[in-house]
Amino acid sequence: MYDFPALRRRGFLTAVGGAAALGVLGLAGCGDGSTDDSSDDSGSGGGTPRRGGRLRAAFAGGGASETLDPHLASLFADAARAKALYDKLADYGPDLSAQPRLAEKWEANKSLDRWQVTLRSATFHDGKAVTAADVLYSYRRIADPDQAFRAKASLEPIDLDASRATGTHGIEFVLKRPTAEFPNILAAFGAYIVPDGATGTDFDTKPVGSGPFRFVSFAPGRSALFRRYDDYWEGAPHLDEIEFVVANEESARVNALLGGQVEYAHELNPTTARAHEGKGQIEIVRLRNSAMQGFAMKTDRAPFDDKRVREAFFLIADRQELVDGALSGAGVVGNDLFGKGYEYYAADLPQRSQDLDRAKALLKQAGAENLKVTLDTSAVAAGFTEAAGIFRDQAAKAGVTIDVRMGSKDSYWSDILDSGTICCYRSGAMPIEAHISQRLLTDSTTNATKWHHKDFDALYQQAQSTKDKTERTAVYERMQRRLYAEGGFLVWGFADWILGTAKNVKGVEAKAPANSLDWARFDKVWLA
Amino acid sequence: MSGPLSFVARRLLLGGAQTVAVVLLVFALTEALPGDAAVALAGDQPDPARIAAIREAMHLDRPAYERLLDWAAGLAHGDFGTSLTSGRPVSTYIEDGFGPTLLLAMITVTLLVPLGVGLGVLAARHEGRPVDRIVSSVTLGVYAVPEFALGVLLVTVFALRLGWLPPTAVGYGTDLLGHPAALVLPVLVLLSRPVCSLARLVRAGMVDALDSPYVAQARRYGIPGARVRYAHALPNAVAPAAQQLARTVDWLLCGVIVVEALFVIPGLGTVLLNAVAERDVPVVQGLAVVFGVLTVLLNLGADLVAHRFAPRAGVAA
Repeated sequence: MYDFPALRRRGFLTAVGGAAALGVLGLAGCGDGSTDDSSDDSGSGGGTPRRGGRLRAAFAGGGASETLDPHLASLFADAARAKALYDKLADYGPDLSAQPRLAEKWEANKSLDRWQVTLRSATFHDGKAVTAADVLYSYRRIADPDQAFRAKASLEPIDLDASRATGTHGIEFVLKRPTAEFPNILAAFGAYIVPDGATGTDFDTKPVGSGPFRFVSFAPGRSALFRRYDDYWEGAPHLDEIEFVVANEESARVNALLGGQVEYAHELNPTTARAHEGKGQIEIVRLRNSAMQGFAMKTDRAPFDDKRVREAFFLIADRQELVDGALSGAGVVGNDLFGKGYEYYAADLPQRSQDLDRAKALLKQAGAENLKVTLDTSAVAAGFTEAAGIFRDQAAKAGVTIDVRMGSKDSYWSDILDSGTICCYRSGAMPIEAHISQRLLTDSTTNATKWHHKDFDALYQQAQSTKDKTERTAVYERMQRRLYAEGGFLVWGFADWILGTAKNVKGVEAKAPANSLDWARFDKVWLA
Repeated sequence: MSGPLSFVARRLLLGGAQTVAVVLLVFALTEALPGDAAVALAGDQPDPARIAAIREAMHLDRPAYERLLDWAAGLAHGDFGTSLTSGRPVSTYIEDGFGPTLLLAMITVTLLVPLGVGLGVLAARHEGRPVDRIVSSVTLGVYAVPEFALGVLLVTVFALRLGWLPPTAVGYGTDLLGHPAALVLPVLVLLSRPVCSLARLVRAGMVDALDSPYVAQARRYGIPGARVRYAHALPNAVAPAAQQLARTVDWLLCGVIVVEALFVIPGLGTVLLNAVAERDVPVVQGLAVVFGVLTVLLNLGADLVAHRFAPRAGVAA
């Protein structure tokens, strides 16, 4: 039900979010959604923001099919442009908890199935106020049954027919069931607020939003130019203009940055980062713990329907070797749980490490000696094929023969959903609750580990019906303990998300997961 | 009775049939690829219900032949159809991509012909002597370097180290003419191999022609060397060179993906690459038609040129 930052198509675009965590150079600010939380990535103090200038930012893009319709956003470039032009009611902080944006506050009734949301006073670029009608129009457009907007699944818990405006700035959302994490829905990927009545053609010719920048020009697959919106509710951006340019090849983005053709390059390779880190020519910003990296075991079929086999696989993995080999060292090891560093993460569980003897013993108990499995992989994401090869060699030491099978990268995610037994997997940043609801419930739409347990579903419902946060945290911990012991995800690492900026770019937040509030947040950036 | 007109008509007819065959083949191959536009669009959120909804919205749930027929019917009216992914007309994709591709191709060919022919003639005139040796070995050497390697090398040296030229054309969009400096490196890369192959062909053709009895006869008549070389020997070398040139122009006009990606030039190659990744069948088919027609016309042109310069070679239709 919770859709998030999955990004379509080409491998290097897919499914990554940055995660919040200690940016190497980040100095301060745990971006809680308030105004002045940018830390200075350059490590040189930064000083007071200077107004003016145009920043050119290079992203991998979607070619001639790109659109500025924020509800169709699916690539990083789409998301970055959408957040410059539009706002959501809420957005994710560095720990992936929802922070108020256009919504000033929200309040639930006792049973958590009715939420009163109050809008702050903000205006669209045409001067009109953002009202409850705009919010309801936007959400109803996303939920249109004839369309397939990405955020539709995220908004599923909302009964939009019963929800209504309670004034120009008040909305009462009626939910289909208790949802303690309702604010996450308001922050969902693609759930942007557009003016009442805006339709498809408006978005590419004259998009009007309430975001920090207003539209100037757009050439799909090439560039988008936006100018500062002086009446932005959170204060006008420092930059005069922001230009998004598209360069799909990583080498082209790096060259453009080195050659002074752009000031910001999104998504660089670890090897590039190493070559330029500390050399003084450009700044490298690492968003630590960004993308979850792992293997997904299908728990409903042999051999992984036996939890001893799953545990054996947990113990086969030499996580550091995987991080060093598949991620070129740009990341940290994982502990078979999603969401390191995020709200509700069960950080107290002991770090698992390789134990081949125990793995062999478990396989023997399970009657799975001389096990042979096929590991699905594809060039869909950086490091996938490398991870598969490394894990194959590690498994051989425990007597398990892994046959690596390469799949098509354009249809990989769909192919591995139902077929095969174990596959390479990765995920961008999203709240842990979203990870669970999308992937680990009986009726989840993308349950790649086929984790179907009624008692686990019940725990999730219990968490969603628990108002007290401490109690809720305890329920999430119980769920994570279970996943740690016998789940289907072998999470071996979390990859850094790497950006490059010119020396004069200040105010780039390093503690900002991709697609979270402070990621690609150009209204807080300035040119020194 | 094979006058040039009936030759052209036969070739055009054949070319039309070839283009249709190419389009059918491309359609079949795209259909045969794993996944469709809906799966590609859903990416790593392959929620089956969402894929089904996208598929329905794109009318992909209709049989393949129906979609092909619809598209073909539109094509008869000059309508290339609309993109599955964006809903925009395919013709805008082609128009937008064609500009940069055409510009690069024109500049490249304008430089290629004098350079290639000139080097070839130079080498042929000095056959066996140091000039020939140098030209021959350098052209062979450069020909062996793939475009991407040369591109990376040129960018590193001339753009990043020396700072003489911009490393990419990022952000210039279609206005490449407004930034001529950004075109230098891509054109150099595009020129590198065709110049070599053309020069070697011209050299070989001229060497053959200069050794031929009719040139010897012309010399015996006392015709000046320059006239023998350029009026008698060169035309014979032009026939194979023209065919090679046609292939080169075809290669250039179909979008050289490596160069486009390296220098961020949004030409036809980039459009094709994206369309295939997105399984955007109408765009792929539209490009197949354009590429098919271009190939047919260019080869016809080359045959006519060859026919004109060396009629005895007997170009088969």
